[in-house]
Amino acid sequence: MTDVRKYLREWAMPHVLCPGCAHGIVLKSFLEAVDQLQLDQDKVAMVAGIGCSSRLAGYADLCTMHGTHGRAPAFATGLKLARPDLDVVVVSGDGDGLAIGGNHLIHAARRNIDITVLLLNNSIYGMTGGQVAPTTPQGAIASTSPGGNSEASFDPCRLLTGAGASFVARVLAATPIEMTKTIVEAMSHPGFAFIEIVGDCPEYFGRYNKAGGGAEMLNFIARQGESVAVPLTSKRFVNHVPAPEPRPGLRTGVLNREIRPVYSGVRGAVSDEA
Amino acid sequence: MAETRLIQGNEACALGAIAAGCRFFGGYPITPSSGIAEQMVRLLPGVGGVFIQMEDEIASLAAVIGASLGGSKAMTATSGPGFSLMQEHIGFAAMAEVPCVIVNVMRGGPSTGLPTSPSQGDVMQARWGTHGDHPAVVLAPSSVGEVHELTVRAFNLAERFRTPVILTYDEVVGHTRESVILPDRVDVVDRPRPDEDPGSFLPKRVTPDGVPPMAAFGDGYRFHVTGLAHDERGFPTQDNAVAGALLTRLHNKIDDHLDEVADVEEYMLDDADVVLFAYGIVGRSAHEAVRRARDRGVRAGLFRPRTLWPFPSGRLAEVTAGVDRVIVAEMNLGQMISEVAGAAAATTEVVGHLRADGKPITPSELLETVLAQGGDRP
Repeated sequence: MTDVRKYLREWAMPHVLCPGCAHGIVLKSFLEAVDQLQLDQDKVAMVAGIGCSSRLAGYADLCTMHGTHGRAPAFATGLKLARPDLDVVVVSGDGDGLAIGGNHLIHAARRNIDITVLLLNNSIYGMTGGQVAPTTPQGAIASTSPGGNSEASFDPCRLLTGAGASFVARVLAATPIEMTKTIVEAMSHPGFAFIEIVGDCPEYFGRYNKAGGGAEMLNFIARQGESVAVPLTSKRFVNHVPAPEPRPGLRTGVLNREIRPVYSGVRGAVSDEA
Repeated sequence: MAETRLIQGNEACALGAIAAGCRFFGGYPITPSSGIAEQMVRLLPGVGGVFIQMEDEIASLAAVIGASLGGSKAMTATSGPGFSLMQEHIGFAAMAEVPCVIVNVMRGGPSTGLPTSPSQGDVMQARWGTHGDHPAVVLAPSSVGEVHELTVRAFNLAERFRTPVILTYDEVVGHTRESVILPDRVDVVDRPRPDEDPGSFLPKRVTPDGVPPMAAFGDGYRFHVTGLAHDERGFPTQDNAVAGALLTRLHNKIDDHLDEVADVEEYMLDDADVVLFAYGIVGRSAHEAVRRARDRGVRAGLFRPRTLWPFPSGRLAEVTAGVDRVIVAEMNLGQMISEVAGAAAATTEVVGHLRADGKPITPSELLETVLAQGGDRP
């Protein structure tokens, strides 16, 4: 374990995250990866959208940007094309990356631009107060699905594999050492790398679905290997919502890895990639 | 040797951008602006620049902002519906103070409207399209040569003031092919760079002229960029005094330097009884209408802002003092006319010559209006 404080803006603390939220674990794992890769802090850019996960960028002592909702992959694309010398990492959430920003995410994957996307999936909109997200399991309670979510949810890793992401992995926020190892692999991968990090939102998801606090939720996800489908056992599960299909155990680890040409824009002889 | 070329407005825009130092273009196809992208993809690789066609106009301006944060001069170009989509990031660029140039080749609206016809229906959107209080710098060329000149100026103003600059002209200017003399070299302005130690760098430091020095990502300065209200460290704040001071500074950095931004063509105004107010392609028709009116003994004049925003209220008030009538000619149902009415003296009558059917306003029809409005007043 490294002392990651040298990569933190301690002057920006205290942070905005709630007790029990796993986003802090993700930030530490990411900074551990930066340290293991021995990257120059001046040459690492962290580009975020809007939402709880996106606030992580502000606390990292790197070149950081907190952009607009869902658009981080597009900002990151411009930055990477203009500055191929930078390692560019996008930090995004499930609402940010898969709802409002879904289009930008799939096109960045399709191009195979050399950036890494960390998508922190807590199955709900946290910052705005617990609204239903494209990853909320069917039947789960959210402030805009008080009777239980009746929509199907995305499997982010299958979506990104289909879109052409050349590195796709899923890790649990409850396994930070595995997470660091996966982030190191992703950032070392030539091309577009995507990691879904399955975590919790005790403040909204947990509270609405009586799923317990942070430790209980993370434990459940780790033990069951079933996303944050914990609410399906909740007493508050509403009977008139069709029972969801049983979810297969969440596969973790590297789910797709291929080498294909890295996109570096339309440029002349100055290209130093692919 | 200056070079004479027979080119379209959209080509002049691309050539002006390259001359100004633009090294990144991100865009999305849309009529009638696509010609700019089609030129940029050919020109940029030859000067070490990068081109990308993004997935939509929101992403286009996002990529431009990302490239600008990396230190590149960057531009996008669009029309009507795409300009609507770009509003989100025009606001972000204004708040985060990221220099960039947005070209809007105006076509008939609203919605998809008249894609291949000219319009000036976006001039208020250029000022107020994105939410919140924000400064706006908007330039409006009227000829192919002016497109080149004002594209360079757009980059220079964007860099000088760390702000998005909108260059807007209509479909006729964009597609008209004219013989132009391109200058050998143009004056190029670069953004202010920090000279302090990275350890003491404040990305939003308040400076006497209101424009903080700007570092690029990757150049040894680590800092945070956000669209949230922020302090001098660039970090989000909810401190009302800090947020208020930021918004005030964003406005003042432009308003305190209006002499650097303002740009008006004035023609035959010294003794004018009736003044035509026109911009963009209509300015050319108005110029001709004034000349013809003078031939008939009517003392007409032209006020043609090449910088539309900030609106030249002060200068317009000066030149229209004692003028009987101002005729505002624009290809919309009345947008800049309200600004003119607000700036003109109470004794000056302001009338509109408005057209929003997708046809340009001709010199002949403007002459008729001038003769009707300007010839018979006691």
